[in-house]
Amino acid sequence: MRRVLSPVPIAILCVVLALVALLAYGLSQNEPDRSVEDALARGELEQAPALELPKLSGGGKGSLADYRGEVVVLNFWASWCPPCRDESPLLQRWHRRIANAGGTVLGVDALDVTGDAEEFIDEFDLTFPMLKDRDGVAMEEYGVAQLPETFVIDRDGRIRAVRRGPVDEAFMRSEVAPLLEGA
Amino acid sequence: VRRVAALAAALVALLSAAPIALAQDCPRTTLGDIEDEVMCPVCGTPLGLATEAPQAQQQREYIQRLIDDCRSKDEIKQALVAQFGEEVLALPGDEGDDDLGDVLVYVIPALGIVLAAGGIAFAVVRWRGAGSRGGGPAPAGAADSTRVDTDMERYDL
Repeated sequence: MRRVLSPVPIAILCVVLALVALLAYGLSQNEPDRSVEDALARGELEQAPALELPKLSGGGKGSLADYRGEVVVLNFWASWCPPCRDESPLLQRWHRRIANAGGTVLGVDALDVTGDAEEFIDEFDLTFPMLKDRDGVAMEEYGVAQLPETFVIDRDGRIRAVRRGPVDEAFMRSEVAPLLEGA
Repeated sequence: VRRVAALAAALVALLSAAPIALAQDCPRTTLGDIEDEVMCPVCGTPLGLATEAPQAQQQREYIQRLIDDCRSKDEIKQALVAQFGEEVLALPGDEGDDDLGDVLVYVIPALGIVLAAGGIAFAVVRWRGAGSRGGGPAPAGAADSTRVDTDMERYDL
């Protein structure tokens, strides 16, 4: 008993416990925020976080509030992200499809070199509005942990659906199209 | 005529030397020098440690373009901040004007190491002191030795 309670093992134990606590803290901090999915699973609709960012090109700022009353397909992407290349033609097609029905795709180019992003936009002839999240602050607000990720926001500014990964035709049909009906 | 020819020759020599001098100043830094001092924002590590991430690859290409464009290290860091924000800088002294914060980044870990080492040394000294003050077994006396000898004889060992 005396050996166990001597100061050196206690000091070593304290150091080990401190390291374990530090590791646990680090892991918990890296855990992506999934509150939106949790709310959707409970059948609740969360208000989309406010978003105000510089426009990718042309100067000035843009915000989610600019599209109040519209259905917004908020897409986080970057030019260096291979799956973003795959989904871009689909997003452009859907932007054209919904633009006259009170909807829009809103792109957020995150953690990217502006020149490369502009080349990407030219390559895929993207015409939907683009904002720039240069340091990933908006990504954090929305709990975006990987790119691309897409949030479907209804006319009241509530998040209706989330796709962590590239969107496909089935997702757009099931999550976006119904919000535009009756417009 | 001779004077004009000499002047023309000097002018030609000067013009041909200028690009060489410029070329000698370029590149003004290297990718290896910069990538240890900036972060890969997506990876959360210094760029030098981020090997396969696509964003790290893009960042390296961007830096290389600026190096080829004869930009200095500081200019390249400023360009990276314009693209990715202050968080892209890996060295504390590079970020903003927070001098106190920059000093604390170095002082606090050093202080922690000194305190931990001091605590462990203190614990070791106390532990050894406790051992030498009577923690160990008492030395065998004459009676004990006699008894051991008797037992050994009895068991014929």
